[in-house]
Formats: sequence, structure tokens, C-alpha cells
Amino acid sequence: LSCKVLSSVVTPCYCFVSPQIRVKPDNTGVVTDGVKHSMNPFCEIAVEEAVKLKEKKLIKEVVAVSCGPQQSQETIRTALAMGADRGIHVDVSGKDYENLGPLQVSKILAALAKQEDAQLILLGKQAIDDDCNQTGQMTAALLDWPQGTFASEVSLEGDKINLVREIDGGLEHIKINTPAVITADLRLNTPRYATLPNIMKAKKKKIVTVKPADLGVDVTSRLEVLKVEEPPQRQAGMKVETVEDLVVKLKEAGRV
Amino acid sequence: HLVPVFCLAAHRCARLLQKIKTEHATPQLYTALHRRACSTVSTPRITTHYTIHPRDKDPRWEGVEMERFADEADVVIVGGGPAGLAAAIRLKQLANKHEKELRVCLVEKAPQIGAHTLSGACLEPSALTELIPDWKERGAPLNTPVTEDVFSILTEKYRIPVPILPGLPMQNHGNYIVRMGNLVRWLGEQAEELGVELYPGYAAAEVLFHEDGSVKGIATNDVGIAKDGSPKDIFERGMELHAKVTLFGEGCHGHLAKQLYNKFNLRENCEPQTYAIGLKELWMIDEKKWRPGRVEHSVGWPLDRNTYGGSFLYHLNEGEPLVALGFVVGLDYTNPYLSPFREFQRWKHHPFVAPTLEGGQRIAYGARALNEGGCQSIPKLTFPGGLLIGCSPGFMNVPKIKGTHTAMKSGMLAAEAIFPKLTAETLDSETAGLHVPEYAENLKNSWVWKELYAVRNIRPSFHNYFGLYGGMIYTGIFYWIFRGKEPWTLKHCGTDANQLKPAKECTPIEYPKPDGKISFDLLSSVALSGTNHEGDQPPHLTLKDDSIPVARNLGIYDGPEQRFCPAGVYEYVPLDTGNGMRLQINAQNCVHCKTCDIKDPSQNINWVVPEGGGGPAYNGM
Repeated sequence: LSCKVLSSVVTPCYCFVSPQIRVKPDNTGVVTDGVKHSMNPFCEIAVEEAVKLKEKKLIKEVVAVSCGPQQSQETIRTALAMGADRGIHVDVSGKDYENLGPLQVSKILAALAKQEDAQLILLGKQAIDDDCNQTGQMTAALLDWPQGTFASEVSLEGDKINLVREIDGGLEHIKINTPAVITADLRLNTPRYATLPNIMKAKKKKIVTVKPADLGVDVTSRLEVLKVEEPPQRQAGMKVETVEDLVVKLKEAGRV
Repeated sequence: HLVPVFCLAAHRCARLLQKIKTEHATPQLYTALHRRACSTVSTPRITTHYTIHPRDKDPRWEGVEMERFADEADVVIVGGGPAGLAAAIRLKQLANKHEKELRVCLVEKAPQIGAHTLSGACLEPSALTELIPDWKERGAPLNTPVTEDVFSILTEKYRIPVPILPGLPMQNHGNYIVRMGNLVRWLGEQAEELGVELYPGYAAAEVLFHEDGSVKGIATNDVGIAKDGSPKDIFERGMELHAKVTLFGEGCHGHLAKQLYNKFNLRENCEPQTYAIGLKELWMIDEKKWRPGRVEHSVGWPLDRNTYGGSFLYHLNEGEPLVALGFVVGLDYTNPYLSPFREFQRWKHHPFVAPTLEGGQRIAYGARALNEGGCQSIPKLTFPGGLLIGCSPGFMNVPKIKGTHTAMKSGMLAAEAIFPKLTAETLDSETAGLHVPEYAENLKNSWVWKELYAVRNIRPSFHNYFGLYGGMIYTGIFYWIFRGKEPWTLKHCGTDANQLKPAKECTPIEYPKPDGKISFDLLSSVALSGTNHEGDQPPHLTLKDDSIPVARNLGIYDGPEQRFCPAGVYEYVPLDTGNGMRLQINAQNCVHCKTCDIKDPSQNINWVVPEGGGGPAYNGM
């Protein structure tokens, strides 16, 4: 088996992880001020997989990328503490950040992959703040690379990758060529803790800041958010005694 | 020749089988053995934490690498609250002024600075102005000057207004209503700018000692221990942070401070600390009801005259109609049927309070214990290698209900006392860890002590037949007129844990059901605190003896922990066998308030720190 050396681009997504999200009074979005932000759980799994591949000496270097405001550098630090070698912070803040969606991020990642001559892009399958599940797929399309999404097992075989994907019907085994895009699903691995000594060492690792314009990417959104509102309050249910009552009630409500 | 070979093979087989048996059977085997050893047969095992069941005797830990990575700093600060951050900032200010290099590391169990901070709060800006005179230009979140100050005695239906005469401790002129979590976060940013190394998400789990007994530093928590106490694949040891001097600013009733009190006998010449529990909610109210800058306090209903406590309601002015409100109950209450959470919920229905909340929406909830002991309960503050700062030793001015300004000042005084010693040409110390008794002397000569001394008798004056009213009369005469100069110092009544009367001597309290609009049930409140912990870890509410809760707490006191815990951690549930009850600890709900460690009548509960990053996710509380 030839052991081709790969460099990898991994993107930990900076998103908010909090159970108490409130809609802004003007219905334009959710309140993000002061809300705890941290690495997207699926991206943690992606970072862990990249670091594992590096530890097995199957890839040469792990680069962690995050797109967002200044604070996303903390997410990159966590990735560095887990074992990534260096970080790239794509600085997007303010209104641009609020409107940043999968298409813009994929364009950024595609540009970075070309710039860094990456052979493998590992991402989380979806971000838990927007649940889009689009970035990995779009990135592969922009680069015209094969994609292995919802990966629950990854193994490198020469210059190909064996993947097990979790799909509705069960588990799908595929073999794809490199360079490729892989998105991580829950059961791929259990991410290691970023221990304090590693956080301290991570402070010495490099993080480079670039702007989307430097990569030739326009981050204007193609989508306009019209309104954000809370889900409707759950209405009280009604109990009925007999099937006849049920039919009557359904007819009354115009459902039948 | 066949026979010896056969024997060898059989021997190896047997040994392999034994190994498998140990590996797979060990968890249950250990538990069964241990169960027989330390609890009655009918008590299921509750506590699995290594502080109660040491790992060096535990076969599951054989061969696990326990070596810890260690690093050196000049000063390590435990706790990223107002005291810890003020100390860190002051140290770096001094270092920069005198052009010295100083490595200051601060560890904080919350996932980000400010996430475990909970306070009313009406801040007296004196200490902040001393620390950072240009706080306004730097954007400190003090946005709401107090404009109106209202004090009431409540009865079930009515309100008796009490004039706040100038000179009374609860007068708030010149103070600011703040969201303490935001102020602490801002202090964290100031500290980082000055070069302090902040490490949120890492809890100090252990104090380390030199051979001569002085404090060497701290070790952060281990990660990756399963709920049953065994190591997981991702087990990692915590890290050791060594320092010349360690500042302990864990806040009210810190768990490391508890160990230090015993180790260095720091409480031999002071009264036991007494406490209260404070519960708080943030509400977005109807704009028409919003009066920014208004401060309301009340005493009386729903508490009886012999139970210390009261309420607060502050109208913030940060661009939206937000009010911070809450309820404080002294933990020296005697009735085990009292539930501070439910007293809080029913207070909100009072005709003076409910109108403000009608049409509003509750957006946050939390709780924390606070100190009430005053200067009688302050322990010895220094020991070789370390100092105690902030609410941990306890500098709260109880009648003012303010402790942040004194906590910050104590942090600053600590920094000023240790700086010359750290940067002296020769390290002049008898012990490997620096002893800095100058800190305690400087504190005694500062305005902190003067302020606490003047109000020292107000809280203890409530322990009389007339309770609340006796206390108010005492305050009126001796504080307002005589400014606390009376020559005597009243004592407290003993520890809070000893105050509970047995359940059969007390009457259960009939609390109204929550209406879901103004008052709420416990579990939906806990959900609002955003608290969470890694589920697969040993419960951090450890019991010294697993059989005591049912035997004593439930048997004599009807399980008061079910009522005083503001997060629903403790539940007595029927045993699977059907006869008898067992204590269920829902450790994931814990909001780190420390009330259980304080009020457990058997003093059997020992709160230790869970994996760092766990706990509430307060946002500007």
C-alpha cells in the first residue's frame, strides 16, 4: 500500500451552542449577544478524525479554518489544542457574518483548498445553529471533487478513500478518489478533550487572518431573511370518549 | 510429552479466562464488594467520585498513567469572578508600572468568563473606580444609575412603605444597576489586554502542597472518568499549575477553601460562616411598566418574622425593558418544609409585584448562595503559599446586600501585598510557598473593614423574639443613629446546618401551584439556567456515607434537600423493590449554588467541582 502524504483542510465552525435562544424583538434574527459560542459538535468530530489520520502518519499537516468574527479564533485555538498544526481565520464580521451562508463558506473553502494545495477537506456534516447540511456538498461541487458525506468510518487506501456512509437505508460503503471532501457524522469518533497543557501549547501555534476579498470571494448573500419567529405555541389537545366523537370533532375542524 | 504441554495450555487458558472475567466483571464485582463494605445492603451505590473512593485502591485504575504535566507561573488565581479578576488586573498594572515580568494565570470552571456569575445587582462603583479610573471610557457595562429607591414591608395583601433616610445602609444613591455577568466578562477582557492568562473551562480540582506543607499551586480536573468511576478511553489527567503564591477566589463556600480551612486551621478564631440562598430571574416586561433606574427591596411576606430574607427588583436601562428580580432566604431557617424556590415564586404574586410582571416574559433563571456572616465570620486570610479573596472568606455587607465592591477591593489589596514580595531581589520566605500576612493587615486597615465593622451587628440582631421587627429597630437605633459604634459584637447562632428542626416539630407549608405566567415550576426554571454537564461522569455532589440521606435526612427532616436545592438535583424516589426510598442525585441539573453543602443537616454532602465547562450558562446574570 502506498502511503501518499496528504495535507488536509478542516473547518471547525463557530456557532452558538446554547439551549436558551431568543428571537430578537424586531424579528430579524436571534439574539447572539453574550450567548456562548463554541465549536460545532460535528466539526469537533471532523477535527478529531483529521488529527487521528495525522497520528497514523497518513497525512502531513492539519490546517484548521474558521470563518467569522474575531472570537472565532478561540475555536481555532481549540482545534489547535486538539492537534491541528496551524490555523486560518477568515475574518467576516458584522452584517456580513449574520448573512454568511453555506454558499459563501464553500467558495471560501474552495479558494483556500486551491491556495493551500490541500488533498482532503474534512467538515462536520451540518452546523447545529442553521442545520443547513450544504457546505460540504457545495464545496465538493465547486472544486469538482468527489464527496463522502455522513461518514461514520474513514480509511485511506493508497490514493483512494474507503468510506462508510450513514444513510436512511442503512450503511453505504463507497470508495472515492482523492482529492476529496468528507463530512463527519456522529459515530465517526469520540473527540478528545482539549486539555489545558495543549491549550497553552496552542497559543504558540500560528493563526493567519485573511479577508474573503483576499481570496477573491464575494460574501454578499443571495438570500434575504424576511422574518424570524418563535415556533407557534403548542395548543392544548382535546380528549374524546368515542370514535364517533373524534369524527365529529374532525369534521367540525374542517379536517375531514 | 503430551501431558506437560496440555497442562501448560490449560494453565494459560485459565489465566486468560481470569483476565477476561476481571475485565468484564470488574465494574459490577467492584460495586458488589464495595457495597457490602461501605453501605447497608438495601442502599444502592450513589457516590462514585474518587474523592470518596480513592483510585489507588481501585483495580479498574491499575496501570492507568496518572502522571501530570506541570507548569510554573508567578501567581495562580482560582476563580474568574470580580475578586479574582480585580487581583489579576491589579497585579499586571503593578507589573507594567514597575516594568517587571509577571506570569499570572487564572483558572475558571465556567466555559466562559461570566457564565457562572449571578448577582442582583446594585454595584457601588468605589472599588472599580480605584482599579480602573477610566472605566466609563473603556466601556464598562455600568449603564443604569439608580434613580429611585423603594423599600417596603410586605404583608399578604398590603405594603408598608419604609422611608430610606440618608445614612441607612440600603440607600443606593450613586450606585449602578448592573448585569454582573456582563461586568465580569468586561473585567475578563481588561485582564486579557493586560496580559493575564485566562483559562475558562478548567476547574481547579485539587490543592497541591510542597513538602513543607505550604501551598504549591493547584491541579485542574481530570477528564474522561465514567459515571461509575472507571476510566474512559479519552481519560486525561488534569494539569498542575505551580505558583509562588496562589489566590483562592472561588466565591461563596468554595470547595477548595473548605479543604484549606481544615488543613491550616483557618477558622479557629472566628464564627462559623452563615449564608443565604439568592434566586434570580430576568424578565422582559411590558414597556409601559418599565421605570429604568428603579430599585425596589422588600422584607416580610411571604416569610414569617423569624425567617430572614427579602426580595429585590431592579429596572435595568440597557435599551430594552429588562428587570432583574429575585428573592433571598437566610439559610438559618428552621422549618425543613421551607422551599426557597417556592417562596420566590409565590412572592411574585403579591399585589405590589405582580402588575410589573403581567404581560412580560421570563428569559433567565439562576441561584447562588451568598455570605451573611459579616466580619465575625471572616477566617484567617493567609497561609503559607496562599491567600483567600472575595466572597470565599466573605466580605459581604449584609444590610446593603452588596459584596462586589468589597470583593474587588480584597483582590486589589491581595495583589498589592504580594507584588513587592514576588519582585523582591531575594525571595525572603521561610516556606517554599510565599506567606503574605501583610494582606490581612492591610485589609484590616482599609475601608472594607471599617464598613463591615459598622454593620456587624445588624444581621445577628434578627435572632430575637421579634425577629425581623427587632432587627429593624436595632438597625434604626444602633446603625442609623450610632453608626455601629456600640462596644459589643453580637454572635451568630451556630452553623446553618444545625438550625433545622426535625420535621415532626414543624408544619408543612402549603405553596400555591405555579400559574405558568408569573410563577413557574422548578424544572422549566432549571432549563432556563442553561445548565448542563457531561452526563457520563461521577456525580459531583458526593456523599461521605451513601446510607445517611434515607436514614437521617429523610427519616428526621423529611428530606430538606428536595426543597432547598434550586435545581431539582435531589429527589427521593421509591426503591425498585417497592418498600423504602432512595436518594436520586440528578447531578446534571446542578447550578453550582453550593446550598446543599451548606444546609445539609447531616453535613454529609460534599460538593466538588465537576469537569470544567459544565454548569450553568448564565448570560449577563
